[in-house]
Amino acid sequence: MCLGIPGRITEIRDEAGLLMGKVDFGGVRKDACLAYLPEVQLGDYVIVHVGFAISRVDEAEALKTLEILAEMGVMEPELMTMGEGMDGLAIVSDDAPGALTFNPDLPSPTMGGAVS
Amino acid sequence: MKYLDEYRDPVLAKKILAEIHRITTKPWTLMEVCGGQTHTIVKQGIDEALPDGVRMIHGPGCPVCVTPLEQVDKALAIAARPDVIFTSYGDMLRVPGSSTDLLALKARGADVRIVYSPLDALKVALANPARQVVFFAVGFETTAPANAMTVAEAARRGIDNFSVLVSHVLVPPAMTALLDSPANQVQGFLAAGHVCAIMGWTEYEPIAAKYKVPIVVTGFEPLDLLEGIHMAIRQLEEGRYEVENQYTRAVTREGVPLAQQQVLAVFEIGPRKWRGIGEIPMSGYRLRPEYARFDAEQKFQVDDIQTNEHPACIAGAILTGEKTPLDCTAYGTLCNPQKPLGAPMVSSEGTCAAFYGAGRGLGTGAGFSSPIQLISVAPGPGSREAQR
Repeated sequence: MCLGIPGRITEIRDEAGLLMGKVDFGGVRKDACLAYLPEVQLGDYVIVHVGFAISRVDEAEALKTLEILAEMGVMEPELMTMGEGMDGLAIVSDDAPGALTFNPDLPSPTMGGAVS
Repeated sequence: MKYLDEYRDPVLAKKILAEIHRITTKPWTLMEVCGGQTHTIVKQGIDEALPDGVRMIHGPGCPVCVTPLEQVDKALAIAARPDVIFTSYGDMLRVPGSSTDLLALKARGADVRIVYSPLDALKVALANPARQVVFFAVGFETTAPANAMTVAEAARRGIDNFSVLVSHVLVPPAMTALLDSPANQVQGFLAAGHVCAIMGWTEYEPIAAKYKVPIVVTGFEPLDLLEGIHMAIRQLEEGRYEVENQYTRAVTREGVPLAQQQVLAVFEIGPRKWRGIGEIPMSGYRLRPEYARFDAEQKFQVDDIQTNEHPACIAGAILTGEKTPLDCTAYGTLCNPQKPLGAPMVSSEGTCAAFYGAGRGLGTGAGFSSPIQLISVAPGPGSREAQR
């Protein structure tokens, strides 16, 4: 759970009084809480850690990190989560609730490539 | 390091490595206190490529690994209750408690769910008002702002069927506990980049000054780590002991003040047990009294659970850097990622899992494949690997 992933903010909204947004991690879009960085703008790159933006980063730096993480194969396990009931491995994009992207090539989150 | 190609360029990695070799005149022992960094160091073989006598000790930087067994047993006791939906980061599910683990408990019918963020656990609580939803709030300073905000949100929105089992640890007290130990060998630290992204580095300045140790705030990519090691060794060689920042693209001296304020609004600092190390004073967070109704330990009355470690497991000595997985008789035999004895083998950030994943000490064909290997150095006759 120490891996922070940079992504681009594609949506900013108020959710029951909490500053939330959507962040694009190289195609997978996840909800993230933006409350700790209220100054961020649409299109900014932030490092997201367990669903919270913790640092604003330079775009070039963020893209660089994304490519390296993708190449090291550590990003997908971090984004990996499971649907309710944990019936299968899935990367769940928050764009399409209920629509799971199943990737059998991913390491199991409980077998070395853990969600951490 | 401005362009992507440079970051991925093994030539640049070799350049920094050559520079480390050039400036190193004495043996030095450094410690990283971050499981993510341990993973990269071992996977890329950075530790084996360093000059002879320069040693990386992998410190207690994996939050899953330092969570004490009794917190796992408390989680198991709570998760076994029929009225509970137990939510957790995925890593904690296979951490063995004294009799079972959360995944096995789930297979026997307990409602255990992996969440990516504590806010997802709060959503589960909102969707299941008749059930008790518990989140296993583990981690270092990196996850504390997320967990604090989630508890504050539960309070603000009156979500009373939500609670947290807290096992939060802090990096600086662990560093000073190691430095105070008579067995300490660490002469310099790489500080964890994302812990510092939130906390800044002001709390490391008195540690560097008091113990005369360089501390370099360092990122997670191979070149970050090489640069961090280079900066630490340069300080040691020049007789300096300062806090320096390698990870400038994500970390400022002050950190993120809003996150720090939220953490201290919900949590207070108190003693905390570390798996394999024991209790360290003022080394973790616990809920403030005004948030006591969100404390799962009180809600489910599991305070009295106390447990001991598996006798064959030397996780404690591995977490403090006294021993490596190669010193363990159970490593790769009794204990592997499929059947872990101790937490450092469970989490991908754990030292044992990192060694196993890189195939160290396992013979050919073992371990997992490495997608990239920036630095590949065959152990020579004088290397540490050959001496083992």
